[in-house]
Amino acid sequence: MSLTHYLVLAAILFSIGATTALLRRNAIIVFLGIELMLNATNLAFVTFSRVHGNLDGQVMAFFVMVVAAAEVVVGLAIIVTIFRTRRSASVDDVNLLKS
Amino acid sequence: MNLLDLLPTAEEPVAVAATAASGAFSAGWLLVALPLLGAAVLLLAGRRADRWGHWLGVAASGSAFVVALVLWLAMLGGTAAERVVDLHLFSWITAGAFSLDAGLRIDPLSLSFVLLVTFVGTLIHVYSVAYMEHDVARRRFFAYLNLFVAAMLLLVLADSYVLLFVGWEGVGLASYLLIGFWNHELPNAVAAKKAFIANRVGDLGLLIAIALMFATFGATDFTTVFAQAPEASAGALTAVGLLLLLGATGKSAQFPLQSWLGDAMAGPTPVSALIHAATMVTAGVYLVVRSGPVYAHAPNALLVVAIVGAITLLFGAIVGSAKDDIKKALAASTMSQIGYMMLGAGLGPIGYAFAIFHLLTHGFFKAGMFLGAGSVMHGMGDSVDMRRFGGISRLMKVTWITFGLGWLAILGVPPFSGFWSKDKIIEAAFATADGQGWQPWVFGLVAMIGAGITAFYMSRLFFMTFHGTARWSDGHGGGAEDPDAPVRHPHESPALMLWPMIILAVGSAGLGGVLAIGGAFTTWLEPVTGHVEHAEPVLPVPVITIATLLLVAAGALLAWRQYGAAPVAVVPPHGSPITRAARRDLYQDDVNDAVLVLPGQVLTRSLVFGDRQVVDGFFSGLAHLVASTGEIVRRTQNGFVRSYAATMLAGIVVLVAIVLAFRI
Repeated sequence: MSLTHYLVLAAILFSIGATTALLRRNAIIVFLGIELMLNATNLAFVTFSRVHGNLDGQVMAFFVMVVAAAEVVVGLAIIVTIFRTRRSASVDDVNLLKS
Repeated sequence: MNLLDLLPTAEEPVAVAATAASGAFSAGWLLVALPLLGAAVLLLAGRRADRWGHWLGVAASGSAFVVALVLWLAMLGGTAAERVVDLHLFSWITAGAFSLDAGLRIDPLSLSFVLLVTFVGTLIHVYSVAYMEHDVARRRFFAYLNLFVAAMLLLVLADSYVLLFVGWEGVGLASYLLIGFWNHELPNAVAAKKAFIANRVGDLGLLIAIALMFATFGATDFTTVFAQAPEASAGALTAVGLLLLLGATGKSAQFPLQSWLGDAMAGPTPVSALIHAATMVTAGVYLVVRSGPVYAHAPNALLVVAIVGAITLLFGAIVGSAKDDIKKALAASTMSQIGYMMLGAGLGPIGYAFAIFHLLTHGFFKAGMFLGAGSVMHGMGDSVDMRRFGGISRLMKVTWITFGLGWLAILGVPPFSGFWSKDKIIEAAFATADGQGWQPWVFGLVAMIGAGITAFYMSRLFFMTFHGTARWSDGHGGGAEDPDAPVRHPHESPALMLWPMIILAVGSAGLGGVLAIGGAFTTWLEPVTGHVEHAEPVLPVPVITIATLLLVAAGALLAWRQYGAAPVAVVPPHGSPITRAARRDLYQDDVNDAVLVLPGQVLTRSLVFGDRQVVDGFFSGLAHLVASTGEIVRRTQNGFVRSYAATMLAGIVVLVAIVLAFRI
């Protein structure tokens, strides 16, 4: 399998993630889309690490995982709080910034 | 021997040099200070002074008259050479090399004015006590009257043009305040504004004249200016003379700045008598006569003075013949009579003394007639329409007789006051210049015809008001049978109003004759106007006098035929074009509106329009642009998280595309 296949896969996964994050209303699903995008980038990092033969990309992938884990904790906490106050997990209901 | 040497040297009158003040004269400052103090007290004391304020006003003016009498007696005690006195008051302005002292010039000319202003002023103060009795603002009225007297005395007593200007503006202010005294009615306020603005035009001329004097002579006090006048260039002197004349035309309601005087009658009648008949409006004549040494070297400017006087003389007389408002007819007459004085002053040294003489007698008879008109208005329910007067001579006998004496005086019937002064001016007009050229004939005939028209319009006024049939109804079937006739209850005025009228009527009858004995008044003025040999008129003197008297008689008879013997229409007839023009002040207001007011309004409106559209338009357009841009940008801030995310994504895609585009 060539490099291109990995990168195409990463791009497809990223696009799916981005589309999910942009189109779905449910905050949990949006979250899943974001995770998908992060992991698509991780795949790209690891692919380049392999191609270049050094470990920088893999180190970066670990960083992304750590940040993602922290982000999931904070993000889920926010979603739960919002759900408690508004009885809804839709991101469109959280539009207080408008007006 | 040169032929020119034989001509009378009327150009160089010998005036007396000023001496420093001593004795009684050092109290001269009281003349200005007393009325000023009165005005200050009346204005500052407020309502507390309401009960006695008017008597304080009378006292302030009366005490100034007493001081003037003392000074006059002191001056009579001295020889002619001692009669020009300079009273130094204080150092007023010092700036570098420039210094200006405030001082008073007490001489026969200024003292004549002071006596006139304080005497007539005091009488009118007394009259006003009764006339303004029911006015809630009587105290304020007396404060303004006192302010006027103070300013007028400062004007005539000043020893420099700058100090004269202070008084000049002071009387303008007092005149404005008093014309608009009943300013709760719009026409009065508009009339006051008109008078103020017309006066400012003239004042600007005076101000520029003062500046020009400063540039030419380096000083503005009379002594220096007059001493240096012979050495100055003719151009500068002519310019100064013409600018002084502009100032005089504004203050004295002379052509072309005369339009304000008729409207100024909106003020209370005592104001019309004091300010707009006897004193303030004659300040222009004073200015010209006082500036005699300047005009002596500017013959062209002097000729313009005479022309302005001649034009106004006829102008006022024609307007006066058509007015139905008794006060406006008297105002037109004032204008015309000041035209006589201006003409006299414009004749140079031969006319100066007669101009001032006429000013003095006019001060008496015109003030008396205005007070008479006020008395008639008082009895006729404040009506001024002469077409609704008539037949009140029996009901207001004192007013009728006093007014009649004033009427005879202004007609110039011997031996009443006006004859002595006006006839002299007409004589002098025929004798103007060197007895050659067109001037004596033109000025002389204008003055003579003016006397005839004066007789017509004053007789018209007199007959319409006091004689003929009553054109009003007394409410009980008396008076006019016309059902539309207004109900009036004519009655004689209180004694406080009658006595000033009686005293002024005595002056109208006798003052001229007394002062004319042996040329007493002209001799008295000689220290100022200089001694002038009598110039020979182009016509023999008896011919002039008889012709004038015939014209006067013809004018009076015509008026009697039309307004005394025949019934007077209560509605003004259509009249000839001249009558219609005269009713509208010979279209002077229309000309002013078309030439000055309208372009001014167009200019201000277009400036306002330009300001709104261009200047404001630019900035409000800028603000509008920013606001509408914000409106568009605001739409992106919709509060939906997903659209923010989409924007970010799109932004990143664009950035990456740019980076790639530049890399590859």
